[in-house]
Amino acid sequence: MEMFVYIALFAPLVGSLTAGLFGAQKKSLMVGVFASGMLFTSFIASLLLLVQVLQGHTFHVEMMTWIKTGDFNVPFGFVVNEVSVTMMMVVTTVSTVVHVYAIGYMDHDKSFNRFFAYLSAFVFSMMILVMSDNLLGLFIGWEGVGVCSWLLIGFWYHKESATWAANEAFIMNRIADLAMLVGIFTLYWNLGTISYEGIFATVGTADHGMLVTAAAFLFVGAMGKSAQFPLHTWLADAMEGPTPVSALIHAATMVTAGVYLVVRMNPLYDLVPEVGIVIASLGAFVAMFAATMALVNRDMKRIIAYSTLSQLGYMFVAAGLGAYWVALFHLMAHAFFKALLFLGAGNVMHAMSDELDPFKMGGLGKPMMWTFIMMTLASIALAGFFPLAGFFSKDLILEVAFVGGHPILYTVLLLTAGLTAFYSFRLVFLIFTGEERYKLFGFHPHEAYKYMLIAMSPLLVLAIITGFTFKGGYYEMVTALLPAGEYHIHNPIVYWIMTIGTQLFVGAAVLYAWIKYKNAKVDKKVEAGFFYQLLFNQYYIPKIYDEVFSKPYAELSKMCWKLDNTVVDATVDGIAHVFYGTAEKTHTMQDGNLSSMLRWMVIGLVALIVTAVIFIGITVNADAIMKLLGH
Amino acid sequence: MEITLTHYLVLSTILFSIGLIGVMRRKNLLMLFFATEILLNSVNVALVAISHYYGDFTGQMFAFFIIAIAASEVAIGLGLLVLWFKQYNTIDLDNMKSMKG
Repeated sequence: MEMFVYIALFAPLVGSLTAGLFGAQKKSLMVGVFASGMLFTSFIASLLLLVQVLQGHTFHVEMMTWIKTGDFNVPFGFVVNEVSVTMMMVVTTVSTVVHVYAIGYMDHDKSFNRFFAYLSAFVFSMMILVMSDNLLGLFIGWEGVGVCSWLLIGFWYHKESATWAANEAFIMNRIADLAMLVGIFTLYWNLGTISYEGIFATVGTADHGMLVTAAAFLFVGAMGKSAQFPLHTWLADAMEGPTPVSALIHAATMVTAGVYLVVRMNPLYDLVPEVGIVIASLGAFVAMFAATMALVNRDMKRIIAYSTLSQLGYMFVAAGLGAYWVALFHLMAHAFFKALLFLGAGNVMHAMSDELDPFKMGGLGKPMMWTFIMMTLASIALAGFFPLAGFFSKDLILEVAFVGGHPILYTVLLLTAGLTAFYSFRLVFLIFTGEERYKLFGFHPHEAYKYMLIAMSPLLVLAIITGFTFKGGYYEMVTALLPAGEYHIHNPIVYWIMTIGTQLFVGAAVLYAWIKYKNAKVDKKVEAGFFYQLLFNQYYIPKIYDEVFSKPYAELSKMCWKLDNTVVDATVDGIAHVFYGTAEKTHTMQDGNLSSMLRWMVIGLVALIVTAVIFIGITVNADAIMKLLGH
Repeated sequence: MEITLTHYLVLSTILFSIGLIGVMRRKNLLMLFFATEILLNSVNVALVAISHYYGDFTGQMFAFFIIAIAASEVAIGLGLLVLWFKQYNTIDLDNMKSMKG
């Protein structure tokens, strides 16, 4: 069975390298098909491993030694257990779908082959991140997905905005990664190991203050990757990348790596509830914060990106409150319906010649019926209606907050659930119903290729059934590794009131969205209002960052540049000039005349003798001279 | 007046200076050779004198070596000089400038 571990891990790499070989050549369908095939192979291998894990076997393989110096020994070790196999399934499922979808989506792109090389490389990095048996391996995967994310956001590098967004994402992540490294070092320094097993074995007896430090720093790393406040701005800008990338990396997999880290390190976070409550509070804040920004945005992909941000907040609430399996469950459900939503948005973009403003669409339900159905179902799942995936995972998080005795978190999350429903359906109504406004702008929408729709269908099925089919078995499986906790409200009356109340509240939000946006009317007075402007400008945070960090930094750089020119460069140039000048003046010495050369030789000889005499004089009379100088 | 080591060394120094000035000032290649001989022999005088002073024959042995080397050097040098004269019809140093830097 160990073979399957390697197949699951390395099949994407094979696909990536093969695609990379043809990277500079013109589009070849085979490259896309081969890369997708490799991903499917990886998916099958993961599935077989899942079956094994369900039967109670876990795998731990050590491929070879990676770093060995003194007591420090890091192997290339990979582990397949209840938690990592969940992530492997999510990653391989979504990426297989996205690969097949991308064959259609990138059909007209001349860098078709390059795209698949990057996309498969991303999946490989993600698999390393998920499967590694130590923190350093996780960190390598962590950086790998960062690089691939950078490559893919800036995929259309001829666009200024795309390269800018790519750099922003990369730099923000770098800041967080530094904190993460500090966290890893702290653990290694104090516990002497970086393998999960080693850490979990010793963490119980370790110093509490140290654990708080390590947990906090690791969480800062997770904040960067999962785009939590205040490192959140990159995620919305990352939508510059091709839509399959947004679906795979910036919705389903990479951004959830932060949540995965916290879940994976659960024995550590269990010991530091004070960090956990900070995580949960920040998560709740981000959930609300991002949802409010999604309310007014006029960019289809950005709205979905903010929604991702908001859902990541939900996951962190669950993880912070110690309900790790709930966080992982929501991660899984979210990956399915959010990827579906993004791919649907991709279809719409294709149909509308890359137009992103939903106010210019409307009535697309007719020409794009299947996309309409898929996006609506995905939105229903996202909003958390019974019996789709979102209902089971998100309601569970609400219950966790309620049972855990955090009424504020609960209220915030409940309100956010309403906002979620509102903005999701605002988008659906604006795009698919009402007047056909796109005709004014001269668009001729058409449904996406059939095979793209077929490729999306597994996600649709999963978005619908994940909740009521998997929840029980899933709970059985992951609680073998994660702390078990049933978050049930024991009083049945309270339970039903809450559940039905939530459903009604969310339903009301959808209804309100329908009333408000069925005609895509824009209320000028509201738009001019303070709150609308505040939300529309993303709380002015990008502007603040620009003013507080970017501009002073640019000024500082300019100053340093000047300093470099006037001091460092000038010194180096000065030294060079001295040599040049001396050479200029003295090269006449070499006039080829033997007589004058002999003369110079004599002068040199005299100079040497004089130096020797002086030097010998000083060494012989050293004592006398020292005395003279007063020592 | 007894002739002491100092006298010899002074003589050697004077000879060395004459040789050095000759090397620096003379333009005739033949004269340059003579000046070199004077230099070498001034050293010989000093070596022999000091050797005698210390009663150690090493210095005198060195003097012999130097005489032998000087002889062979002059033989080769004169040969080259004759060749040069045949080719350029002059042995003036100022005409030898092909190694200009």
